[in-house]
Amino acid sequence: MSNYNIQEMIQKNKSNKGAGFEKLIPVILLIITSISVLATIGILYTLISQSLEFFNRESFVQFFTSATWQPYSSEPEFGIWALVMGTLKVVVIATIFAVPIGLGAAIYLSEYASERAKKIIKPILEVLAGIPTVVYGFFAINFVTPFLQSLYSGISLYNAVSAGLVVGIMIIPMIASLSEDAMSSVPNSTREGSLGLGATKLETTFKVVLPAAISGIIASVVLAVSRAIGETMIVSIAAGSTPNASLDITSSLQTMTGFIVQITSGDAAYGSSLYFSLFAVGMTLFLFTFVMNIISQWVSKRFREEY
Amino acid sequence: MANIKEKNTITKPVDNTTLEETTQGEKKTEIIREPIFKTNNFNLWYGDNHALQDINLTFNKNEISAIIGPSGCGKSTFVKSLNRMVELVPVVRTEGEILYRDQDIFEKKFTVEELRTKVGMVFQKPNPFPKSIYDNVAYGPRVHGIRKKKVLDEVVEKSLCDAAIWDEVKDRLHENALGLSGGQQQRICIARALATEPDVILMDEPTSALDPISTTKVEDLMQQLKKDYSIVVVTHNMQQAARVSDTTAFFYQGYVVEHDETKVIFENPRDQRTEDYVSGRFG
Amino acid sequence: MQLIDKNLIAKKRSGRLTFNQIMKWLFFLCTMIGLVVLITLIVDTLSDAIGYLNLDFLTSFSSSRVEDAGFYGAIIGSIWLMVVTVPVAIFVSVATALYLEEYAPKNRVTDFIKVNISNLAGVPSVVFGLLGLAMFVRAMAMGNSVLAAGLTLALMILPVIVVSSQESIRSVPSTVREASIGMGATKWQTVSRIILPAAIPGIITGIILAVSRAIGETAPLVVIGVPTTLLVTPDSVLDSFQAMPMQIYAWIKMPQEEFQYIAASGIIVLLVILLLMNSLAIFIRNKFSTRY
Repeated sequence: MSNYNIQEMIQKNKSNKGAGFEKLIPVILLIITSISVLATIGILYTLISQSLEFFNRESFVQFFTSATWQPYSSEPEFGIWALVMGTLKVVVIATIFAVPIGLGAAIYLSEYASERAKKIIKPILEVLAGIPTVVYGFFAINFVTPFLQSLYSGISLYNAVSAGLVVGIMIIPMIASLSEDAMSSVPNSTREGSLGLGATKLETTFKVVLPAAISGIIASVVLAVSRAIGETMIVSIAAGSTPNASLDITSSLQTMTGFIVQITSGDAAYGSSLYFSLFAVGMTLFLFTFVMNIISQWVSKRFREEY
Repeated sequence: MANIKEKNTITKPVDNTTLEETTQGEKKTEIIREPIFKTNNFNLWYGDNHALQDINLTFNKNEISAIIGPSGCGKSTFVKSLNRMVELVPVVRTEGEILYRDQDIFEKKFTVEELRTKVGMVFQKPNPFPKSIYDNVAYGPRVHGIRKKKVLDEVVEKSLCDAAIWDEVKDRLHENALGLSGGQQQRICIARALATEPDVILMDEPTSALDPISTTKVEDLMQQLKKDYSIVVVTHNMQQAARVSDTTAFFYQGYVVEHDETKVIFENPRDQRTEDYVSGRFG
Repeated sequence: MQLIDKNLIAKKRSGRLTFNQIMKWLFFLCTMIGLVVLITLIVDTLSDAIGYLNLDFLTSFSSSRVEDAGFYGAIIGSIWLMVVTVPVAIFVSVATALYLEEYAPKNRVTDFIKVNISNLAGVPSVVFGLLGLAMFVRAMAMGNSVLAAGLTLALMILPVIVVSSQESIRSVPSTVREASIGMGATKWQTVSRIILPAAIPGIITGIILAVSRAIGETAPLVVIGVPTTLLVTPDSVLDSFQAMPMQIYAWIKMPQEEFQYIAASGIIVLLVILLLMNSLAIFIRNKFSTRY
């Protein structure tokens, strides 16, 4: 037998080590964790303080009521609605295009596809979701716009349709995969209950699976819309830089994000109204997406079906 | 494998004629038994796993046919084959025939939807839809295109009455069915199956998730239902088979060891394994 | 008593089945649209890039003349950018995930941190750019340096890595934890020697996917003011730099037609790099993921 006594050695070792180290760990981790909170505070502080700076110079009322955005004019006018309308046009087109297709794909993957088909299709969707938006922008201006122009010559080089369609393409994978997750979490026994009564897969999907998964599906759509609102490069490249509040979808427009990119890629003199207007627009954009995210989280919590 | 096959031939399941003779011989009943399901050398594989081997069984109209056997013997798989629910598992392959009223259920022109309309099913765990009680029961008629409110109301009431749960739920038909107790949920599921007025009802261990009182209720219900329906019930519970069924088939390792009148199976089985199982020596 | 009209049911059946078949194909078509777009995008870009994509393109700096324009500065710049972003993002995110999964008490503060992280994930990247512009570029006077952009991107991908790391840590079964604690090991010993190693493949997969998003991200770089006409590579993190997506964007915006082909060449290089990173992530996920 050995002469070592393990228990004794452990005791000896223990007394050497400071128990303080062990207590310090959660504190250190908490400090690091607070960086994420600091990031939020930083964003809010930046947006709010610089926006206040902006509203010191320009009219608060005009910003929220006017639909004319002419920052370069000698009598500049900052009416956010021109930019908001630009954003909404693109987002509405993207949503109309992406929601049916995204849901159709989700239904196919969750209800109809074999395991093998899923194994092939899902990575494709992942790749599609991973393509940088600047690449989508290139695709919009070099492929989609010329294609649309060949169908209908009244469409100008920069327009809402092309940008909207490509933003739609960008959010399809998100809707498809999040909705598929929601539908897959409906237990199979529920599906069997319906199929066992002689219902077709389609009837089972629409009358049982979709209603049961509706909260997750709505949450995924809202999240995707939020992503579309914040999408920047596609609209900067393909939608143009003409702020206007018209409903025309065939001519140039500007979105909130497009404006930020246009100003920052040129040079807005630091300290000018133009510079601070970036943050007022950024604040508006942040509020839009923030509200959407809150709705998404609320919906997915509130209406979750418990089995 | 060869050994098992050989054993399988030792006990031939009772076919329809023998059953008729015995019943008539005992003068228990005057009704002539009419077969509703008949399987001919039915085989089923999950991938490479030969789960059901040469099943030859006959079930009769207006009877309760019980299927018993230890876990994993294929009894659930078999009952799910009768309305082709088993095909929801992607790797399933079948061979042989299953005749429903002399029509092969695997024939192409006989769609699964039609089959399942005629052969309803009650599952092991209560699986009501996350909808109201009314919508649960009306679901089947609705998907089959019956829209008239008056008809649906009547169907819902009749099905809930037949499922012996009408009195408990008649005042809250529009509440979510998931709010009911397990036993109530299962009777809602039975009502849901009855609402399409099927010919046969398959029950896959319908009481395994229920408490004893609910179990008794469901068993009583089965006795009532047998007047209008034919029932095939899988059960893990031998007392239940003995109490409710007319005939019993004993499944073991994927094949049928013995099929006979329930009385015979429990009191005077011909196969040693059946005797061991029903007397509780294994399983 | 029969309440149900069996003939009606039989009559309606074939219509229902046909509708089911039609819709099935429609759903399949929806799924295939993604694939069609992906192929179109790649073929379209490749056909533009061919003839411009060569060794010179990879080894020369950007230029206002089409025939001289290259991607070298942008590639090196993006690597510099990742040198800042990746370590910072990993350090902060993994620590955050460990805290939330292993140490955080169940209270309001923890709930707040969690809600905060999921909201941070929803903030548009261009807003992160504004944060970088006001905080790092201006207030901390970093200018449009590698450090300013790197920190901005690190904050942007932080929530993504936190969430995926949390999932990996959560997937380590509690039995393993209990085995270690039950031997008298301390919490940190259990976390650092048992849980973290078991969760690492999942964490790395999440990191790679997040980093590949950071590499392709353009909007924050535009906002920060990353230049597109530099003829030097950075010597330190405080130097100005170029970046691949930024360079592509600048080329797309050029009025001359030929620059579209240069942009396409840049896109192909970027996509190849991203594809390699994605394959690596999938490889790690399949090869090293621990099964319990």
